[in-house]
Amino acid sequence: MAFLTIGLMVGIATIVNLVTLTKSMSGDIERKMDEFGANILVTPRSNDLSMSYGGISLGGVTFDQKEISEEDLAKITTIKNNRNISAVSPKVLGGVRLAGRDVLLVGVDFEAELRMKQWWKIFGDTPKNEGEILLGSDAAKTLNVMSGDSIEIKGEKFKVSGILDQTGSQDDALVFAPLKKAQRLLGKEGKITLVEVAALCAGCPISDMVTQIAEKLPDAKVSAIQQVVESRLHALDQFRRFSYGVAGVVVFIGALIVFVTMMGSVTERTTEIGVFRAIGFRKSHIMRIILLEALLVSLLAGLLGYASGMGAAKLTLPIMAEGKNAVLVWDTTVMFGSIALSLVVGILASLYPALHASKMDPTEALRAL
Amino acid sequence: MALIEISNLAKHYVSGEETVEALRGVDIRIDAGEFITIMGQSGSGKSTLLSVLGGLNHPTAGDVEMAGVKLYALPGEKLADFRAQNLGFVFQSFHLIPYLTALENVMLPLAIAKMDNREKRTKAKEALEQVGLEAKVDRLPSQLSGGEQERVAIARAIVNKPHILLADEPTGNLDTKTSVEVMALFRELNKSGQTVVMVTHNPENCAYADRTIVLKDGHIVVEAERSFPVHDRHAGKGTLEGC
Repeated sequence: MAFLTIGLMVGIATIVNLVTLTKSMSGDIERKMDEFGANILVTPRSNDLSMSYGGISLGGVTFDQKEISEEDLAKITTIKNNRNISAVSPKVLGGVRLAGRDVLLVGVDFEAELRMKQWWKIFGDTPKNEGEILLGSDAAKTLNVMSGDSIEIKGEKFKVSGILDQTGSQDDALVFAPLKKAQRLLGKEGKITLVEVAALCAGCPISDMVTQIAEKLPDAKVSAIQQVVESRLHALDQFRRFSYGVAGVVVFIGALIVFVTMMGSVTERTTEIGVFRAIGFRKSHIMRIILLEALLVSLLAGLLGYASGMGAAKLTLPIMAEGKNAVLVWDTTVMFGSIALSLVVGILASLYPALHASKMDPTEALRAL
Repeated sequence: MALIEISNLAKHYVSGEETVEALRGVDIRIDAGEFITIMGQSGSGKSTLLSVLGGLNHPTAGDVEMAGVKLYALPGEKLADFRAQNLGFVFQSFHLIPYLTALENVMLPLAIAKMDNREKRTKAKEALEQVGLEAKVDRLPSQLSGGEQERVAIARAIVNKPHILLADEPTGNLDTKTSVEVMALFRELNKSGQTVVMVTHNPENCAYADRTIVLKDGHIVVEAERSFPVHDRHAGKGTLEGC
């Protein structure tokens, strides 16, 4: 019985471990996805094809004639899955001449932008009022300004409140100004060039959300930015499928162990069963005894298996997930699921041994009689 | 009317192409309160007869009628119920359940009865008292001597107040002194009204019985009342060797 319990326990532990690792790692990746900014992009519908590839833009900055109205912004938060939206960051884009150079001015809502771009590291401060701006690292270098300096755009003086640390993205070359101010400077009051939406992605249907936003904003083009995350999710999906496959094999082996051990136990207890039958136990009583025993052993194996599986997951998670922020997922579904699985496997695999026991001939069983 | 009536009973075993006639043409009548020993050499069919009597072994022909019930006409599970309510077995090597205490072993036949637990406990204790083991109810079989284990086995067999107590070589594993004690216990139970049928090798045991049946090659060769002197080789219907 100890062997049986351990066998089943190891099986359940393996499954709990795999399932928990997969869950914990997808949780990790979902968090990363959320952290890595926008996953939905809302742009004005345009018939022109983009002139940029891999961050290299051909033919300078393209200024689209079409824009989204600022009023439409509120509509995004009215979609059915709105609770999955973590940030909506509207932007207005426009070229300006700054210290004799052409730069791209981006009007942003700093609060929303910072929530979405948590990897931003600012030397200095975030702009707090309409007179302050933020510069990308390359822009600051080219313009030769430091945080705290003053700079003039279209005749208005601005204070550079902070400079972004190198991000390796397009942000490095940009000049960020508060949205309202930028709209005025660019003559685009009430207009938005594009909206970036960050959705909390723990199982949220990004494609559904894209459709929902598109319905609300029929004049805009809504697309999902997913390539990177998608490929990681794909890898994760493969891992998940692999772990389910392994889990299946483990369940099968577990069932086999239960079956063999139960058969052995029944054969070993032939005499005992014979005594039970001789003193008037029905076949159904014998079956009930064997199955009850299987039930108890499986329950114990399920509990122990869950505990040791979670323990093993806690130990292996830091090795499996490269990030430090992968958190072990304590899921009651996994707990009840593993115990239920243990019970189902234990009892199903004991059905035949129980039937075999109930059919034993008491005379054979007692030989002496 | 007799408690047990067996007429023209036969039991054949088929092993390979050979058919072994373990019992043939056996007629027995047992009255309530009798003490009967069944003797015979190995392979004489005495153990088969006991298992047939105990509702464990379907005969090839004939039936066992006990207290007006034809045992083998009962469906399987009903036959099990009949055993539970009306039969008591004492097995050769006691066959106590090693992980249960003496009391629990005795309670075993009652486990499936519709009876509250306290009543089962009381009945089991009474049975243990009857066999003189009231002081050792909480011992495990391994903590009991052979004779004590035998007594627990007897208590287990009588706890359901059976019509008939069936015993298979109950002294087979005991020393002479203990055997005498155990046989005295059987006799005592019999005196208080318990019908006993015992299979035995030991000729000394038939001294305790009212009647001895000797089997040879599956049929009865001798049926002798105890009133016949046991040394009378021409007693009853034939020779009662050894008794």
